[in-house]
This record gives sequence, C-alpha cells and structure tokens, in this order.
Amino acid sequence: MEELMNTLQSLDWSPLLISLKTGVVATILSFFLGIYAARKVIHAGPRVKAVADGILTLPMVLPPTVAGFFLLLLFSRRRPVGILLYENFGISVVQTWLGCIIAATVIAFPLMYRNARAAFEQVDVNLVYAGRTLGMSETAIFWKVVVPTAGPGILSGTILTFARAMGEYGATSMLAGNIPGKTGTISQRIAMVIQDGDYLTAGVWVVIVMLIAFLVIFLMNLISGKKMKQIKRW
Amino acid sequence: MSHMSIEAAIKKKLGSFELDVELHSDCKRIGILGASGCGKSMTLKCIAGIETPDQGKIIVDGQTFFDRGVNVKPQKRKIGYLFQNYALFPTMTVSENIAAGLKGKREQNRQVVVRMIKKFRLEGLEDRLPGELSGGQQQRVALARIMAYEPEMILLDEPFSALDAFLKDQLQQELKQLLEGYDGTVILVSHSRDEIYRFSEELVVMDAGRTVCHGKTKDIFADPQWKEAARLTGCKNIASAQRIDSHHVCIPAWGITLTLQREIPEDIRFVGFWAHEFLPVWKSSEEDPVLWNGTLPKGIAENRIPVKVESVAELPFERKYFLQSGDGSEEICWFVQREQWELLEKMGLPEYLEIPEEKLLLLR
Repeated sequence: MEELMNTLQSLDWSPLLISLKTGVVATILSFFLGIYAARKVIHAGPRVKAVADGILTLPMVLPPTVAGFFLLLLFSRRRPVGILLYENFGISVVQTWLGCIIAATVIAFPLMYRNARAAFEQVDVNLVYAGRTLGMSETAIFWKVVVPTAGPGILSGTILTFARAMGEYGATSMLAGNIPGKTGTISQRIAMVIQDGDYLTAGVWVVIVMLIAFLVIFLMNLISGKKMKQIKRW
Repeated sequence: MSHMSIEAAIKKKLGSFELDVELHSDCKRIGILGASGCGKSMTLKCIAGIETPDQGKIIVDGQTFFDRGVNVKPQKRKIGYLFQNYALFPTMTVSENIAAGLKGKREQNRQVVVRMIKKFRLEGLEDRLPGELSGGQQQRVALARIMAYEPEMILLDEPFSALDAFLKDQLQQELKQLLEGYDGTVILVSHSRDEIYRFSEELVVMDAGRTVCHGKTKDIFADPQWKEAARLTGCKNIASAQRIDSHHVCIPAWGITLTLQREIPEDIRFVGFWAHEFLPVWKSSEEDPVLWNGTLPKGIAENRIPVKVESVAELPFERKYFLQSGDGSEEICWFVQREQWELLEKMGLPEYLEIPEEKLLLLR
C-alpha cells in the first residue's frame, strides 16, 4: 500500500496528457477525413470503389509496424517528402509529437472510414432525393440530413477511432519514438516500465487507461441515448 | 402564351425492359395507372430530375428541363415529390422538416412554417420527430414540406400504398381537398384504379415501360379500348376474340360466338366484360326471364355463356363466383352484390350468363 502511494506520488503524468492530446487530435482529423473519404467512395464507380476501399482499409489490416515503416519511409528527413517539409516549412515529423498524431491518425482512420461508410449506406436514398427536390444543396443534404441520420454509426465509429488512436503503439514508437514528456504515450510508457520489471507503475497506467476507456464509452452512450431515443430503430 | 403543363418523352434502359413513355398534357390533374414495376415511378423520378433518362425530352410549363445537352438539376426544377415512404428527415422535427427547403430569412421562414402547420392541421406536433407520427400525419408533414417550398408541379408517387386500408379512403379525400387550392400541375402515380379515378382528370395507362393509352380518365374507364387498360381499370373478364364479320365475333375461351348490333372494328383482338354486369339466365324460366338488378335479359341465345361454378368467395358485400366454360382457358368472374343474394338463393345457380351488348368492351 505504501509502495503504491509512493508510486502514485512520484508518477510522471506527462504520458496521460500526451495520449489524450494525441487521441483527441487524431480523432478529429480521422472524423473529417473518414467522413469525406466515405462520401467520395460511395459515389465512386465500382472499380474505383474497390481499389480505394482497399487502400483506405489497409492500415487497419496491416501490422502497425508495417504502417510505421511506410511512414518512416515517407517522412524521414533523409527522404524527399521529409526534406521538403523540413527545408520549406521547418516541419519535422520523426521523433516529434506531430509524428504521434500522424501515426495515430493513419492507424485509426480506417475505423472511422469504414463505420461512416457503412452508416451512410444504410441511409434511405429517398432522403437524399427529397433534399434535392426541395432545393437543398448537396452539402446541406450531406451535413443536415445524411450525417445526422447516420448518427449512431458515425458515433460508434468515433468512439472506436478515439480508443484506437489513444492506444496506438507500434507505428507511434517507430515514427515518433518514446521521448518522455514529448512523444511518450501511455502505451509506450507501459511497455517501457514493464521492460524494467516495474509492474506496479505499469498497473497504475493500465487502470488509468481502462478508466478513460470506460468513461468515453459511457459518455458517448449517454449523449447518443438522449439524441437518438426518439428515432425508431430495431 | 399558353403552354402544355407537361411534355415528356422518356427513354431509359431499366434492367429487364426499356422505359419508353410519352406524356403530353395541358391538364392540371394527371394520373398514371400501371401495375407495380411498370416504370411509372421511374417516369416521375425522371421528371423530377432525380433520375436521368438515356434520351428524351422533358418540358414543364414551357421550361425545358431535359433535352439534348440540357439537364437541369433537381434543385432548380421546383418540382415537389411526395415519396412512397414520405422520406421525412428522421432527425428533424416536424417544423424543421417543413423549413428544410426554405431559402428566405429566418423570420420569414418561421411564418411560412406556422402557416403550413395550420393549413395541414399539424398544431401541437411541431416538435415531434417523424418516427412519432402516424402514417396520415407523416403524409401531411411531407405535403406541408412540399407546399412550403412553393413548387410549380407536384408529383405523388403511390402516396397511399404505405397506409392501412381503412385510412386510405379518408386520406385520399383529404389529399384531394388539400390539393384543391394548388394551381400547379399534379401528377399521381398509382396501381389503384380507385385512387386514379377519384383524383385525375386525365389518365395515362402504362404497361411494361410503355404508354398504352392516354385520355380523359372517365372516357378510359368507360371504354378502355386496350386490353392492358381494361385490365388495369378493373375489368376481370378479358378473352381473346376472333372477328368473323362486322356483327359476329367468336370467343373460344367462353365457348360462344357473340352477335352484336353495333359494327365490330377490324382490329379487335380481345373482348372484355365487367364481372358485375352479367345477367343470369335459368333454364327453368327461359320463357319468362327474371329481372336482375333492374335489367331484363334480352334472350339472345347466342350471347349466353353456359357456365359451371368452379368456386365461390364470399365477401361482406358481394360474392365472387369463378366459373368454368368454353375451352376452359379463361376462368369467368361473376360478382354478385348482396342485394341479389336472396334471388340467387331462391332460383339456384343459373345455367347461363348473358352478356348485354352495350356493356361489352371491344379491345385491341
């Protein structure tokens, strides 16, 4: 008990903040990118659809380290894109918090995309037609009719995206590394302290992660329960 | 300058058949009658601009919506479309749904919504979601949403098919009244002859993607002229006919050759007869014909079908007899109203059914 108190008192809280920040930013990015991609893919022809769907889903199927490999290939300061970003804009991705965000976004994005797409495909096409005959612009139809109607699917996609982005390990460790106070996320911290045999600190972090996960799902259900209760669904 | 309300020629490949319809009318209340899957909804969708024809021309009130190189967006056509399932936006309240298509200032829109709520008797339901409304209320909201948008034409796509039978009659009348004040063109698509007859002044009959005939609704119902039109307007007995000369026509399915006073046109291929217009004739009283429904059989032996009862269906207000005769290729339907049941019970089933000439339909 005393040991636990000591651990808690001396705990470096920075991984919590870094993980939360990364999770939130990556979720916001994935949210819009995923919805945008889902919309584009739905309207694409069958062949483009098959190819685009494959590419967009790939990061979910591949081991995160493979995604990390490609990201390094792309953003390394010894590679064209990396050089371009650094020399023109002073942006560095590898070993920075930006790397955390990019890794988490790439890995979590397919969850958002796939859920959004499935939700959009369930929306009655007559709703879109009705919007058109009522003179609503395609953008207005999409954001005012399609997205709210697909609400539950999009919401669950967002939850899963956030959970995945917060817990990302493989690609993050490769692209952003584990720099304490900068890119050291909770997942990386757990792995690190376990390597040192410090199960107590690891356990504390595990409890924190579980609390956050539970809280997020609980909040989302609360919001969706209030908003969606009047729409009849089976 | 006066315009046709609608001039449309639409061609579109549709799975197994090709839609090829023509619609020309200066009438304000047009009906399209056709069986399910005959392409009538697709026709409406092309007019509204939701679907694009492969080729053709669509002109509404003198405005070209579709032609070679022209395809006006549905947003710009100002055509209201009442969907079969009403297509109300499920996450919006009644008020929000009605305001969905409005472009004006907030205060102006609010007034329009208030007016529509009142006109369509939706008071107290303003903040409900569509899922909480009955079928009839949903229909009124959908119509209010269309009317708020002030369309120049309204298309009704099977508006009653999603409703319970007992509500239909009431709502048909209601819809008719609600549309009375509207001076644009309304096109109703339906497979129900009652709806079409009640609602439309002009009628287009469609079958398998094609226009069968077009004319005044009352005229088509009185004399359909075409086999498909006769079937869709509710004629149960249709049989192929072989014209012998200008006054005789052979009906193999009924086992008789009819003798008619009127001249039989050369292109007749079928005859039709309404199921409730037969006059029964009994062998026992051949000398002394029995009055049926206020009509006396003429006693022209050639125009009688010898019949044998196959089966009977008893409904609350009528009995349906399914009869066998002739070469047996076509069953004959005979509907007997409740008022006649007593007579039928007294006399037993007749041996013959007589076809009064004036009720016989000559069809192409």
